[in-house]
Amino acid sequence: MMDESLFRFIVERLPDLGQKTGEHILLSCGAVFGAVFIGVPAGVLAVRNRTVRKVFFTMAGIIQTIPSLAMLAFLLPFLGIGVAPALVALILYALLPIARNTYTGMNEIDDAILEAADGLGFSRSQRLWLIELPTALPTIIAGVRTAAVICVGIATLSAFIGAGGLGDFINRGLSMNNTRLILLGAVPAGILAILLDKAIGVVEQTVSWKKENEI
Amino acid sequence: MICLTNVCKSFNEDGEFVVQDLCLEIHKGETLVLLGSSGCGKTTTLKMINGLVQPSSGLIEVDGRDIKTVDPVALRRSMGYVFQGIGLFPHLTVEDNVSIVLRLQGRSASVQKDKAFEWLEIVGLDAKQYAKRYPNELSGGQKQRVGVARALAADPDYLLMDEPFGALDAITRDDLQQELMKIRLHMAKTIVFVTHDLFEALTLADRIAVMNHGRIDQIGAPNELMQSPATEFVRDLFEKPKRQLQLVQGNE
Repeated sequence: MMDESLFRFIVERLPDLGQKTGEHILLSCGAVFGAVFIGVPAGVLAVRNRTVRKVFFTMAGIIQTIPSLAMLAFLLPFLGIGVAPALVALILYALLPIARNTYTGMNEIDDAILEAADGLGFSRSQRLWLIELPTALPTIIAGVRTAAVICVGIATLSAFIGAGGLGDFINRGLSMNNTRLILLGAVPAGILAILLDKAIGVVEQTVSWKKENEI
Repeated sequence: MICLTNVCKSFNEDGEFVVQDLCLEIHKGETLVLLGSSGCGKTTTLKMINGLVQPSSGLIEVDGRDIKTVDPVALRRSMGYVFQGIGLFPHLTVEDNVSIVLRLQGRSASVQKDKAFEWLEIVGLDAKQYAKRYPNELSGGQKQRVGVARALAADPDYLLMDEPFGALDAITRDDLQQELMKIRLHMAKTIVFVTHDLFEALTLADRIAVMNHGRIDQIGAPNELMQSPATEFVRDLFEKPKRQLQLVQGNE
């Protein structure tokens, strides 16, 4: 009896669930893409320049410690409500893992590899695009993976400022004291985070040159 | 021809010179070995030739042109570079490692593949077996074979080698020295080879330049150096193995 009504409860909201999940994915993935476009160049610059490294990582570190709800509230007066402030907040949170992993990945490259590239007559940009970034790619993707999981989580909160997504169910559930509705937002959000983590993990494995069969 | 005139190099301001007033001519087609102990400036000298290190003063000419006036990227493309650290690109297959300079030059995929296979065979690796492997699946000796193939695939006139076989075991080192001798016989490359190993120098060199504290003590053919050493240092260098040999013979 209980099961049947739960079944009906879900089926009735299926179109809504699909839409909210779509919004959620778009918001999270949009933020991760944005963070890649800013974070990877920032990580590369941080390797080349000490000042950039200090300033950028200090700021990104501070941002990371701001609670997400506070961040969303803070952005309200500047960006209003809706998708824009949510996207900005998510990008800010996704930035640190991506930039840090880019920096680490590039910094860990064996000096001999760089000496070989220079000695063979690579230009600076050829060295960056053909050697440094591809060599650091597995580490960079690991950072993207962390960022994606963070974003899916924080994106549930952005419903508070009208950005949509699965957080809408949680919001409504909380105000109507409806546990089912809360879970209808929370459970798919959790599953989404796990799936995204696994999917990016597969990509990470595929691009990895650090294979097991080392001599 | 590579010509160094009064080349000095200091890495600090106190005027401590790693390389001092070095004059050296490397003729076309010869193998010149820079021989000396660690810290004598031989690696620095080699790296100044392809511009990885800038001289503090002095003139370096390659084929009559001051290398300061040559684009460093073009200069290095005209010289193969092999060193002890090897530095194979870990994310590329053996084949792609060997053909990378051809790729930079924008040569066609078929040329890249043909050259890579050709060079793998020349350095003694079965191309079919190894082309698709990654560097971390190779032994040290195989890696350096790939390193040599990579340096030569774009057919540079010069080959700079910085203790390339230093980290390999004696047998593998010997194999690779023989391989290098074969390459020398078949194609007219000008080779500058840095080593601290006297026997390696004797095996490979047309001429040896003995370096000591940033200066060249003597340049000449191996037997010239052996028979008429110009300085105490050169004499000692050649005496030691002779004494060891006598010791062994005496024990028999």
